Amino acid sequence: MIKSMFQISPGFEDIMPAEYLELIENGPFEKRVGVSDLGAFKELLEEHPLCAGCGLALSLRLILASLPNPEDTIIIGSTGCSALAFPQVALHNIHSLFGNQNAVASGVKRALNLRFPDKIKDVVVIAGDGATADIGLDMVLHSWFRQEKITTIMLDNEAYANTGGQESGMSPKGTVLNMAPKGKTFSKVSIPELAREAGCAYVASVNPAQPKKLEKAIVRGILAARELGPTYIQVFSPCPTNYKFKPNETISKVRLREKEGTYETKEFLSTEARELFARLEEEKK
Amino acid sequence: MIEQRVVEPLQLFNAKKEPQFITGSEAVREAIRRANVEMAISYPITPQSESMHLVGDLFAEGYIKEYFRGENEFAVMSSIAGASMAGVRVFTATGGPGTLRAFEVFSTWAGARLPIVCAFMTRGINSPLTIQPDTIEMAFMLDTGILMLHAETAQDLHDMLLSSFMIAEQTEVHIPVGVFVDGFFVTHTRDKVNIAPADMKLPPYDPYSSPVPVMDMENVPFRQMRDPFVMKSNYVSYSAHASWQQEVMAAAERARKYINQYLGELIETENPDADILLIGSGTAVSQSREAMAIARSEGFNVGLVKIKSVRPFPAQEIKELVKHAKAVIVPEFNRVGWLAREIKSVAEETTKIVAGPRVYGGMTMPPEMILDEIRRTSV
Repeated sequence: MIKSMFQISPGFEDIMPAEYLELIENGPFEKRVGVSDLGAFKELLEEHPLCAGCGLALSLRLILASLPNPEDTIIIGSTGCSALAFPQVALHNIHSLFGNQNAVASGVKRALNLRFPDKIKDVVVIAGDGATADIGLDMVLHSWFRQEKITTIMLDNEAYANTGGQESGMSPKGTVLNMAPKGKTFSKVSIPELAREAGCAYVASVNPAQPKKLEKAIVRGILAARELGPTYIQVFSPCPTNYKFKPNETISKVRLREKEGTYETKEFLSTEARELFARLEEEKK
Repeated sequence: MIEQRVVEPLQLFNAKKEPQFITGSEAVREAIRRANVEMAISYPITPQSESMHLVGDLFAEGYIKEYFRGENEFAVMSSIAGASMAGVRVFTATGGPGTLRAFEVFSTWAGARLPIVCAFMTRGINSPLTIQPDTIEMAFMLDTGILMLHAETAQDLHDMLLSSFMIAEQTEVHIPVGVFVDGFFVTHTRDKVNIAPADMKLPPYDPYSSPVPVMDMENVPFRQMRDPFVMKSNYVSYSAHASWQQEVMAAAERARKYINQYLGELIETENPDADILLIGSGTAVSQSREAMAIARSEGFNVGLVKIKSVRPFPAQEIKELVKHAKAVIVPEFNRVGWLAREIKSVAEETTKIVAGPRVYGGMTMPPEMILDEIRRTSV
């Protein structure tokens, strides 16, 4: 990003929207801010149109606050609840079609590589579980097989929530949801394991109940994607509306599942990723 | 790789050309060699594959900077969209079932105002399984919002492809162009094609000439929308969507003058004042020309209209031509007769239009079939 792009022409200050003025004065661009600074800077997501207690909205806030290079980050989204929030995100972001996010991201990344060979441009996919594990799975996997240098983040609310609460591949076995009136008949799809086998350099499963852990995974996922190849981060984001719990119970649901061992946080680093992070740590010192 | 210099488009199009005896697929290669394409993505489907093999050779030689084989046509068209949104000149090709596999993406190309150029080597649609020539996929593509040119020959294919980049990338157009060509009949046969010197290439694409923001975080706006209209149920939301679609249609209309500039008129005519007009597109024009020659030698007053641009459709031109003819015959290589429908939709007297002859499933169209219609309408 050229910083001069992000300013208001003299004389127009008083008619620009308040949130835009705030972004310019106190946004995260070209600053090193993170989740610990939330509340002290203007976030990239201005409010959101999602349900009260939405785990996905919370995860999205944390992910956006964790981006190591927001001024040069392009987001590729997909259809679903998160698509409703993206117009309110102050980054170039693309919604193309349901499920094609990793194919679009492959094109974006390679094109930006041609146009800006000497500049870091982080291409980050943020999509739901239906988009990632069901309708778009072939394109997700093939982007990994091809070693596209993109970060794929799944906001896993374990259902098609935006369309009214249908079973997805990520719903736990036995869950009764629309289109699974007798309960889901097969297990939650193991995308982190698939990611590892498909050649992702870095894989993590995190949740918004542990914001610092989530932030670390996002930063690692993006740094490894820049240098090594594809990375995958799965973010558990429970849905109070379709799983019918109170909006103030979202975080406790996350903690309960972790305690039960039905949704664990985990991290996988390839040897190259391990070496990369060690080198970056060394450089920081 | 031959060292190339950028020249003005018309300088390339009007350059002194050398004839080459090549296939339609090779004509694609020669067009793309001179088109300053930055990125191409391929996926195999007969009869398109060879053209994208040859584009791959251009990548290996250094004429194209990025090229890969995608995982299916839906993915390829999506990746091409991503690359175009990020601001590079792109090219891809498909055909028949591949066109239908990718179908959902084409409308998003137009809606996102992407100047993508795609070649469609047409073939039949399953079931039953067929790989044979047929233009039925064009019927499905008519209302996707993309511009549609239909090549009769390898020369047309070459010229239309090169022109398409210039037409698509005009700021006031900036929508995709599909160059359609009848698979096998043109792609797999050899013909004389006049080609400009290989040391010339088109000017590069300027992504910031786009009427919509390039997705690169280097140009405004990046800001939060308050109360975005996505999926809202209110008048402003409906109006925003409706006016956006109207603007895409208007962009297609504004393409007419650039088609005229780079390819001549949207139609070509021979004996346009004749009693009987044969109107066609693609290789149906070649067959019609044969039939016209025989018919005229037998004393029938027959003329020919070649439609080069299907979208935008030469509505006014066709309306006038049909008005003056006693009968109009529309030979087509498909089951549904989509071109006849288009012509009927603009003609005042539709009863004088013969929606045929039609062949499909891979059959050739002997000029005698068209002659039969000429004789029938002359009785």
